[in-house]
Amino acid sequence: MKKLIIISCFLSIVGFVSLSFRSEKVINKNYPTLPKDSVGSTKAFMSVYKVLMSARCMNCHPSGNTPLQGDDSHLHTMNVTRGLDGHGVYSMRCSNCHQAENTAGLHMPPGNPKWGLPPANMRMVFQGRTPRELALQLLDPKQNGGRTKAQLIDHMANDALVGWAWHPGEGRTLPPMSRPAFAAQVRLWIAKGAYAPSAKIK
Amino acid sequence: MITITVNGQRHDIEADPNMPLLWVIRDILGLTGTKFGCGAAQCGACTVHLNGEAVRSCVTKINRAAGQNIVTIEGLSANNNHPLQLAWNEMSVPQCGYCQSGQLMSAAVLLRENPNPTDQDIDDAMSGNICRCGTYQRVRAAIHKAAAMQTEGVKS
Ligand code: FES
Ligand code: FES
Repeated sequence: MKKLIIISCFLSIVGFVSLSFRSEKVINKNYPTLPKDSVGSTKAFMSVYKVLMSARCMNCHPSGNTPLQGDDSHLHTMNVTRGLDGHGVYSMRCSNCHQAENTAGLHMPPGNPKWGLPPANMRMVFQGRTPRELALQLLDPKQNGGRTKAQLIDHMANDALVGWAWHPGEGRTLPPMSRPAFAAQVRLWIAKGAYAPSAKIK
Repeated sequence: MITITVNGQRHDIEADPNMPLLWVIRDILGLTGTKFGCGAAQCGACTVHLNGEAVRSCVTKINRAAGQNIVTIEGLSANNNHPLQLAWNEMSVPQCGYCQSGQLMSAAVLLRENPNPTDQDIDDAMSGNICRCGTYQRVRAAIHKAAAMQTEGVKS
């Protein structure tokens, strides 16, 4: 009996640990190796930055614990808060209003099965970051959700919640370039050496 | 045909899968305690529990509720004796009453997850429930009271 308890404790710990480290699937290298080119890499990142700082991306990567809303990125009405898992608190969970798909109509809640903010222990803030700060943050596995460069590209290119930004429902402006164009710039940024823009670039 | 369980009772519903759960609850099942305020997830009047979560039934399609458990204000307790209902009554929280079943359903989730909420916890949980009559101060006081009653062992 004792043995059984110990084994089941061990198993649940293993389960917990693997859950909390659950990361994106392993991705083989999905970008070409190009000659290092700090100018070209930085230039590609600057177009990536414009997308990430557009309302559709930044609104769920706020500097505080309240998501943002609208093309003017105002604080989400109703005092919505992040919560530990990024999906709200108590009776204010994201999915209480946000469905698995956009609700039709102007000013109706947008939706996605994964709707939410990054979790409290991995906040992935975009709002207020300079290009240099954001580039370094995106490349740092301790701040990017444990992602390798290949996983970062895959996330930007294929993740369904990221993809929502290009299908945001009525009345919401799209990011400044298409998703394939965006993914291509991410790939280029990394393939040419993943340089962070100089601190002087705003 | 979509089967849902409402307040412990199974119902087979003949309806468009896109029909809002609120319509089903009010118009098909005749449970009118849940209110329609805005129809846009903005006010909280239509809050019900879907598998224990305080969803807004005006934007929740019946499709999402298929095979799931729904609790409305009519099913919150057996005899209107949930600690929140007792505290609400004792402190005369409602004014016009329109928002109140939504307030109670939201507060019930808060108290279940946090038996001793602070003012901040109450704000975090309740600020999506709009009250046109401005009963917010009494809502907050009654939640504190219900929390105390719950700790003292008033059974729901
Ligand atoms: S009627 Fe559903 S939130 Fe207002
Ligand atoms: S009591 Fe009238 S709207 Fe709240």
